[in-house]
Amino acid sequence: MQEHRPTWFSKLPETRAILEAPLPRSYLNFVGTWLLGFIDTVRGLMAFGLIALSVAVTKAGVARRVVRPLIRAQVYRAGVRLLPMITFLGVALGLIIIGQTVSLLTRVGAQGYIGTVMVTVVVREIGPLLTALLVLARVGTATVVELGTARALGEVEALEALAIDPVHYLVVPRMIGLAVSVFALTVYLILVSLLSGYLFAFVQDVPLPPGEYFRQLAAALRWEDFALLALKTIGFGLMLAVVTCFQGLARALRIEEVPQATTRAVVHAVVACVLLDALFIVVYLLI
Amino acid sequence: MEATDTIARPCVIELLDAAVSTAHAPETPEIEGINWRVSLDDCWVIGARPGSGKSDLLAVAAGLQRPARGEHRLFGRETAALGEHELAQERLRVGLVFEMGGRLFSHLTVAENVALPLRYHRDWPEEQVQGRVAAVLELTGIAHLAERTPARVVRALQPRVGLARALALNPEVLLLDNPLAGLDPRQARWWLDFLAALAAGHEFFERRRMTLVVASDDLRPWMEQGRQFALVKDHRWLPLGGREAAAACMEPLLRELLAAEFAAE
Repeated sequence: MQEHRPTWFSKLPETRAILEAPLPRSYLNFVGTWLLGFIDTVRGLMAFGLIALSVAVTKAGVARRVVRPLIRAQVYRAGVRLLPMITFLGVALGLIIIGQTVSLLTRVGAQGYIGTVMVTVVVREIGPLLTALLVLARVGTATVVELGTARALGEVEALEALAIDPVHYLVVPRMIGLAVSVFALTVYLILVSLLSGYLFAFVQDVPLPPGEYFRQLAAALRWEDFALLALKTIGFGLMLAVVTCFQGLARALRIEEVPQATTRAVVHAVVACVLLDALFIVVYLLI
Repeated sequence: MEATDTIARPCVIELLDAAVSTAHAPETPEIEGINWRVSLDDCWVIGARPGSGKSDLLAVAAGLQRPARGEHRLFGRETAALGEHELAQERLRVGLVFEMGGRLFSHLTVAENVALPLRYHRDWPEEQVQGRVAAVLELTGIAHLAERTPARVVRALQPRVGLARALALNPEVLLLDNPLAGLDPRQARWWLDFLAALAAGHEFFERRRMTLVVASDDLRPWMEQGRQFALVKDHRWLPLGGREAAAACMEPLLRELLAAEFAAE
């Protein structure tokens, strides 16, 4: 019986001893450093976000003729310029997810759940998150590079020398612009994907009349969905603007540090959006 | 006689027992023991070796940076006690011309650079802004560059855009950080003549005499121009007094900054 034991078995006690031994200090240091860095970043981000929000509120009417065009430029850049990309993505999303789901549900005879599935998947989850990530990739990264470079070249100090609040001039338009853009693009993405998904299902000869499809969608949507969609997308937009502006502006960067700040901003923005998303899942479950 | 003259005029910038440090290392002061009063209509020249904290001194004087220690007053008001809005209002009366190309906003054209402070602070109609911008660009001799971005302006003229931007809001005090750095003699002549005209009361500013503060690492062009002199030596503030006193001063650093050739330490 003894000889049937595999050879690795005799080594087991050693492994157990290793697992029971106290954790080497270096691991703890690594985790600790990481955790402290994380807390530090979160604190900095929150402080920066609160400052930016308070500036946005207190200086709402100040220098409108400078700030309005900046907001318009941000909406154009993050919203209008992204429409073709969002259309493409919406069609793709429709084909991949909705078309398949509709045909699958129809095959198992669960057509009655189409509306619920669509609303949960597209309206609540994938639409806002996908839009936010796309805006981050297209506009957020460029924002970090622009602001980081401006900071490194001293343009931010030049603004202060002219008694122009850099947060008001650089951050507030981006916050408003990104919030509006993410909201509008999400709505657009949802509409395009729901339509294209139905078209795909229609082409596949799914016996689902258009009237029935849209009736189910309308039945599955509650008024909270509209409010929460607006809140969530605006939250995503603000979050993206705050994270990217923070990475670009908060510290005096040297020009060679701008690429690192950009990658850091992408990581932080993705994490921040997912965390915000998780927060909203709780809200959805509660209502 | 000059001294009594100085006392009679109000102070525009005061630094009392102040220390200045750079933003990268706030703990170690770059210049200490600054007791400096800039009176109205004065023309101060501050000499210092490169990298000795001139730019930070000017940033503190302009109210952009807080002094590491001591008191800073703008137009008789202590800046630490002022609210954000009030401080901004006082800072608007002080123009600052940065060194090395003037830190222009690279994404705006020259005209937009000059127009930005006007559009932000003045509730003027667009034609009035355009008119003012055109006039200031004309004054600084760069009207033909109005539609270009700063990157497409020759290097020798970039500081003039910074000057035009600082003058757009009609400041009472102008701080210049090493304005002649890297300029050829003809460009330098233009700057010296223009600043002399500002100090004497340019007709563009209704003959109001402008208070000037120039920081430089080469004092040769400025001995004729300045009325008050000071040095930054070994992290200390070293006032030299008026022109005669400065000319007679045998301080080695002053001689070094006045030497035509760079003397190795």
